[in-house]
Amino acid sequence: MDLIVPSSGLIFWQLIGFLALFYVLLKFAWKPMLAALEERDGSIESALKAAEQARNEMANLKAENEKLLAEARVERDMILTKAQEASKRMIEEAKEESIKQGALMIENAKAVIETEKKAALTEVKNQVAILTLEVTEKLLRKNLSDQASQKELVDEFVKDLKLN
Amino acid sequence: MTRKILALSVLFSVMLLSFTSATFAAGSETEGGEDPTGFIMHHIKDSHEWHFFNVGHTHVTLPLPVITYAPDRGLEFYSSKDFQNPETHKFGKEYAHNGIYIDDHDHLGRVDGAAIYDFSLTKNVAMMIFVIAVILYIFLSAASHYKKHGAVAPRGIASWVEPIIIFVRDEIAEKSIGPKYKKFVPYLLTLFFFVWIGNLLGLLPGAANLTGNIAVTFTLAILTFIITNVNGNKDYWKHVFATPGVPVALLPIIVVVEFIGLFTKPFALMVRLFVAITAGHIVILSFIALVFIFESYTIGVVSTLMVTFINMIELLVATIQAYVFTLFTAMYIGGAVAEHAHDDHH
Repeated sequence: MDLIVPSSGLIFWQLIGFLALFYVLLKFAWKPMLAALEERDGSIESALKAAEQARNEMANLKAENEKLLAEARVERDMILTKAQEASKRMIEEAKEESIKQGALMIENAKAVIETEKKAALTEVKNQVAILTLEVTEKLLRKNLSDQASQKELVDEFVKDLKLN
Repeated sequence: MTRKILALSVLFSVMLLSFTSATFAAGSETEGGEDPTGFIMHHIKDSHEWHFFNVGHTHVTLPLPVITYAPDRGLEFYSSKDFQNPETHKFGKEYAHNGIYIDDHDHLGRVDGAAIYDFSLTKNVAMMIFVIAVILYIFLSAASHYKKHGAVAPRGIASWVEPIIIFVRDEIAEKSIGPKYKKFVPYLLTLFFFVWIGNLLGLLPGAANLTGNIAVTFTLAILTFIITNVNGNKDYWKHVFATPGVPVALLPIIVVVEFIGLFTKPFALMVRLFVAITAGHIVILSFIALVFIFESYTIGVVSTLMVTFINMIELLVATIQAYVFTLFTAMYIGGAVAEHAHDDHH
């Protein structure tokens, strides 16, 4: 048989064989297989879509959570700052108050001391006066008994006066 | 790359063929051995009997049915055994049976010289039936998986064929044809697997050169031609007979070129597959023939290594040619069904 001349018998059988193969495969292989493949493609696609949706939802939730968290953080910071300010103010106030109190107490104490001092001085003066009187009295009683000593005393006084 | 290898192997095979036939022409005169060109051609061409191998002088063959039709005699059925020498298995005019003979070139003829048509189930027809049986076995068992389990992950044979089916559907059909691809996927799948499995089984020792037979590639190309032109839309025909954007003066030339183009496309399909597969077989057989020509152990070892190497390339070629045949078919169909924009160039 020739190499490059197609023989009619083989063309005939090839045509029949190939068309029969095509028909049987079309009916019993390609149709069910392609249908199954398409169905699976569809289900995979829808599953992917669902997964994508779920992912989006998750992302939304996460974003919301983060937003809430950020808000809470801001609020906390605000509260903390306020508290700090308040405590600072209170400390400041307390300090001022205590300084004021202290000053007042010192002043009071000074006044008391002054009064006490004055009272004590008055007392001392009184005591001195009394003592002086008593001494004077005793001296007078003793010395005024003789004339000489009286004169001496007077002289002494006079001398003192002059010296003064 | 493969194109280069292919071209090289064709060139090489042609060189080898001329070389070996010359050597053998000389050798056969002195020693009376077998003609290697005949040996190679015998393996490549179709035959009325399926010859496997010889054990000593005994030919191990499968006799095939010979079916003839003559207008005056009607259909007749014989066995290839009826037309050959029972010892040497040679066909020839001298072994005519019932007024019909098969000559030594495997041509059927009538002793009285009247018309007779050969519808024999030749070696290639038997091979085709074998290929079809293998394909049916693979795909019917794969399809049963989907029938039983529905659209779940594939298992077993289905998981082997599924990626290929998806490849043909998505990479060949959808990309080349466009939105209307679905209708053509079954034809493209059948074509791809017929050519591919035919190529692969043709590489088996003793197998027939089915997809390297021009009648087979002719039939496949004709089917592609019919499908392409039956599905051609208005744009496609307008493109052929009133090519848009071409000056009127040039139109007669362009229309002739376009019209010839309708036929050169399937012709190229036919020749490409035929040449690629036949050349591969010739190269392999040439290397085997070298062993018997030189009758040397060194040549035997080298030839065996080369045959192994070429066989691996042939595995690649088998797949590439199936892909290319399917891809070009899809592209021709794509060109026929595409909706062209009206300002399209060309």
